[in-house]
Amino acid sequence: MLITNIEMIPGRQIVQHHGLVSGSTVRAKHVGRDIMASLKNIFGGELKGYTELLTESRKEAMARMKEQAKQMGANAVVNVRFSTSSVASGAAELYVYGTAVTVQ
Amino acid sequence: MEFATFIVLMLLGYGFGTWAESRHYKSIEERETRYQHLPTIGLKQPLPQQGRVVKTQLAAGNVVISVDYFKRFLAALRNIFGGRVSSYETLVDRARREATLRMKESCPGATQIINVRLETASLSKNTKKGSIGSIEVFAYGTAITYK
Repeated sequence: MLITNIEMIPGRQIVQHHGLVSGSTVRAKHVGRDIMASLKNIFGGELKGYTELLTESRKEAMARMKEQAKQMGANAVVNVRFSTSSVASGAAELYVYGTAVTVQ
Repeated sequence: MEFATFIVLMLLGYGFGTWAESRHYKSIEERETRYQHLPTIGLKQPLPQQGRVVKTQLAAGNVVISVDYFKRFLAALRNIFGGRVSSYETLVDRARREATLRMKESCPGATQIINVRLETASLSKNTKKGSIGSIEVFAYGTAITYK
């Protein structure tokens, strides 16, 4: 499955549009990570636990979007956008959406 | 007693924070020169390039960075007087450059990355105090490989 965030797939031709596909996931951080994070709030620096958590969550959301595109019979998703919103304190929603297309 | 804790936290924050920041900047600068050959642009059209496209993929990189205790205190002071909050400026600068670098590192062999988007989100649990605390920067774009 080809994924791009531009309107086309370079070197390929889009032959069919299937419509919007999206995937989302809501994740909360766990206590262990929170303790580490509050320590880091004193010393500063990267919060590796959170970075990993968000990477995983985005992968999950992407997987859901790909699954949806596959069901539509598409082999690529173009014009992909990401968006993040915090639903409640301590939980974040990762949302990804794009247009499912068939390319040659 | 409380004042002593505050002083200790300030000193720890200042010491470790400054050390971590200068180390991080050094690492960022070194990697930026290493990836200078990879054009990263915000245009939607690929740059003119010889050869044909062999691979297209989504390149992404993210980072969550937190500010230290000392700088948070400085920023809180700034909230009273107003003006430039330079302690947070370096925080977001580091986060953006790091995320862009991770995006570049995620697609070895790519010729160019186009339509790069940077998204910033504040994921702080201290939202009730209205401070930034920690921010997340997510960079993504389309990596194209030519042969």
